Amino acid sequence: MITKVSHMCIYVLNQDSAQDFYTNKLGFKVVTDAPMGPGMRWLTVCPPEQPELEITLFPVVEGGMFKKETLKTMTELIKNGTFGPAVLTCKDLLATYEELKAKGVVFKKPPTKEFYGFEALFTDDSGNWFSLGEEVKK
Amino acid sequence: MSTENYPRIYLYKRIVQAKLFIDSHFAENIDLDNISDEAYFSKFHFIRLFKKIYGKTPHQYLIFVRIENATKLIRNGITVSETCHTVGFESLSSFSGLFKRMVGKTPSDYFAEQQYLKKEMLQTPLKFIPNCYVSQHGLSKK
Repeated sequence: MITKVSHMCIYVLNQDSAQDFYTNKLGFKVVTDAPMGPGMRWLTVCPPEQPELEITLFPVVEGGMFKKETLKTMTELIKNGTFGPAVLTCKDLLATYEELKAKGVVFKKPPTKEFYGFEALFTDDSGNWFSLGEEVKK
Repeated sequence: MSTENYPRIYLYKRIVQAKLFIDSHFAENIDLDNISDEAYFSKFHFIRLFKKIYGKTPHQYLIFVRIENATKLIRNGITVSETCHTVGFESLSSFSGLFKRMVGKTPSDYFAEQQYLKKEMLQTPLKFIPNCYVSQHGLSKK
């Protein structure tokens, strides 16, 4: 029986820039930072209140998993905002929106009341997009 | 005009600015009364709204930010006493007490643990990477 997600992967175009974005803008914490061959690190971060979930910021670079053609395709897909890797939550959407906006995060949609909830959409520094909503009390 | 009558978004912006001010000036001797003045709030209303949004009073949040930044410095190999002063504490004992309460271990134990982990990550990085990624990436397990 599967119990939990321990790792998930977000493909990024630049690992250093992604580290800055996810830690200094979103407030995530670095969990693991280990060398992984030339020009690559095994870099994982976690949301501030979810230390057990490691999110790998995996660079899309040639070699290993990405052959030249795949690299080109992946880079275009990421840049074009094809991937929406996760739904994030916060305690207060309006405050978080104002804070992230002040830090330079680009929003595709400001906090909006939808039939399914209160939601905003933003993109990371590579082009991946995220839905941001408020925690639901169960 | 009472602050209760301001548009909600205006109040949010003020509180968020105060939070960002603490984020960037945590190492200084911040006077939280000044922050509420600058936010054009009564102190009571400021604290109430801040706590409603962030779950902590401004003072509790300041301590939280200092300890969070202390963990980052210690992870980067900065000594405990230097970290204590860098993040804005004057007393090493109060720093150590607050650190232990929030992190669950003393700054010295945390320092030793992080040094060990850092060494391990450098010497045997593949121990920290799930094997599926290792093989997918063409690296061999050491």
